[in-house]
Amino acid sequence: MSLREGEGEAEAPDHPAPPERGSDVSGGFGLGTLLRLVGGQQGSTARRRGQDGKPVLPRFAEAAREALADAGARHDLAESVGTARDRLAAATGEPSDWEELRTAGAAIRDRALLDLGTHLEAFERAVTDAGGTVHWARNASAARRIVASLAEDGGGEVAVADGPVLREVRLAGALAERGITVRDAAGPEGRDRVRAARVAVTGADFLVADSGTVVLLEADGAARACLTLPETLVCVAGMDRAVPSWADMEVLLQLLPRTAGGDRLSPQVSAWTGVVPGDGPSEVHVVLVDNGRTRILGDEVGREALRCIGCGACSAVCPVYERVGDRPYDPGGTGPSGPIGAVWTPLARGVDRARTASLPFASTLCGACAEVCPVKIDIPGLLVHLRGEVVDARRNRSVPTPELAVMRGLAWTMADARRFEAAVGRGSRWARLVARGGRIRRLPGLLGRWTEARDLAAPPAESFRSWWRRHEAARRRKG
Amino acid sequence: MTARDEAPRRAAGPDEEPARRTARDGVLRRVRGALGAPRRTPVPVPRGYLTRLTGPEAATRADVVALFTERVAALGVAVRHVGADELATAVAAVLWGWEARRIVVPSDLPFGWLAELDGVRALADSPVLDVPALAGVDGVVTGCAVAVAQTGTVVLDGGRAQGRRALTLVPDRHLCVVHADQVVGAVPEAVRRLDPALPQTWISGPPSASSPGGPPHGPPHGPRTLGMLVVDD
Repeated sequence: MSLREGEGEAEAPDHPAPPERGSDVSGGFGLGTLLRLVGGQQGSTARRRGQDGKPVLPRFAEAAREALADAGARHDLAESVGTARDRLAAATGEPSDWEELRTAGAAIRDRALLDLGTHLEAFERAVTDAGGTVHWARNASAARRIVASLAEDGGGEVAVADGPVLREVRLAGALAERGITVRDAAGPEGRDRVRAARVAVTGADFLVADSGTVVLLEADGAARACLTLPETLVCVAGMDRAVPSWADMEVLLQLLPRTAGGDRLSPQVSAWTGVVPGDGPSEVHVVLVDNGRTRILGDEVGREALRCIGCGACSAVCPVYERVGDRPYDPGGTGPSGPIGAVWTPLARGVDRARTASLPFASTLCGACAEVCPVKIDIPGLLVHLRGEVVDARRNRSVPTPELAVMRGLAWTMADARRFEAAVGRGSRWARLVARGGRIRRLPGLLGRWTEARDLAAPPAESFRSWWRRHEAARRRKG
Repeated sequence: MTARDEAPRRAAGPDEEPARRTARDGVLRRVRGALGAPRRTPVPVPRGYLTRLTGPEAATRADVVALFTERVAALGVAVRHVGADELATAVAAVLWGWEARRIVVPSDLPFGWLAELDGVRALADSPVLDVPALAGVDGVVTGCAVAVAQTGTVVLDGGRAQGRRALTLVPDRHLCVVHADQVVGAVPEAVRRLDPALPQTWISGPPSASSPGGPPHGPPHGPRTLGMLVVDD
């Protein structure tokens, strides 16, 4: 499978793509790294390119450093996250049965996921019986091709109500490249555009298996317009969003609005089943997107992440997200961000590449996300699981990773008091050399990866051991 | 799995079906492969949550209806309680307040609701009105299928006096008549009253602009002015 421009990350997750050159996690220490160290800063991640000239997606810490450097954006982010957090706390604190709802929500999602094939087949049957068509897309490019083909049949102009799945498969850009006119339903002329379009595309929040119903929650009604007015409706859905039965919506219609927008219920909720004679589109398509989801499903521990209903509450409460925002998690703007993104992306894409391997480490494991998650995804547990996978994936390399090499050296050094003392003395002299203003921002060379996300205080001129020896000697002389 | 089903193909009618089936079978095979042996029993769902509104807010029917009114008003909806015999006057008063000249109504709207209109032309959606016609009216009057007190929501499902979805989407003002016996306490009660085969629109206040701080966007879709009349029995 060849990688086309700009879509390396999103494609065929089960066919490992070549590693991102220039940012290998094994820590190639080349001239570029050295120059950046001398210059005291990282190169701009936006400008970095691999040897093949394609942009290399930055690792979390690199992108985060840029985000952190923008004080204005950080201020705005902290403010909007703070507001979201307050609304979230009020909305989830209100129902007296909130914990019972979360427990039921987690079980409902597990029930759907652990028998996903059966539920998707039931969904397809129900949609077909109601006059709709279900399409299956194993990856993003298949999804784009299906939608483009339907759009071309419909005259080459589509109204799009943007949503996470549509961004995930990079739909709008791909349609435009094929010469299809894409009208943003939420844009300034959205109202008129949707009214004029013959084909509309929306996302979906839930797929009810036993009834074939698609459920979509929103604030602005752009999707509601798209699924009501044009002749042809194409609904693109992550196939993980199956829900066993309509009755289960009584739980999810409480969990999602309260965690997503801090609302008791989202301003507009649409639920529809196939084609409704005399009401709305006469042609209804549902595109079920895999794009890495079966890979997540195949990880017995990691599959818990598929419970996600896309509320974003984990981001709202995350102390890391609050400071760095979306971009470091998702530089391409196509995947989930925040704590769930740090789990989802490496699960869906694997940890072969430096960027995805860096994501499980983008957390302090404080646990706030797990506490707020409406479907009780143990995000910290999954992060630890993935950190293990990253370490395992690198354990058997012929050249040990810097971490492993350092750990082995450290074990040898610390096994002997004299070796240790000599090393501490040498080490602190060197450390003071790389410190700036009493702080070490980044250790040089192979150790840099360890220290890039935190500053260290420069070690004192004299170690405790040597101070103690001197002090004791002086005391003894006096005594 | 191979990538064979991904080979570029021309878009076209009936010969898409084999490709659709290949993709379908491929995805389902991968799903089943990922899950391993099929489960004997489905995952049990502990349903310890409340399935109806409880507590002082739901002590009597009147309390539930009062809560609905309060929550709807909090969402920025002009809401009034009326007796059944005052309904026609109240509908006329709301439309007069909107300075509406022409409105659209579902063809099965009870005739009595519009009995007091003075100087307002009501177009029935029969024969079916096109979008420009709907965009040209000053408002729409409908009933609803069910209303939820806790969330201040009305749900339309295309049933009696509700019309098709475009009717309550395109006009910029929507007056919804809610009968007190249609008001339930909580979301589960509403879900249980509704049939998923019918197209549903749950409306909780007027639409709001999405993603504050995001890119500039236009006016939201759906009526920006909502009015409600709660008819006490």
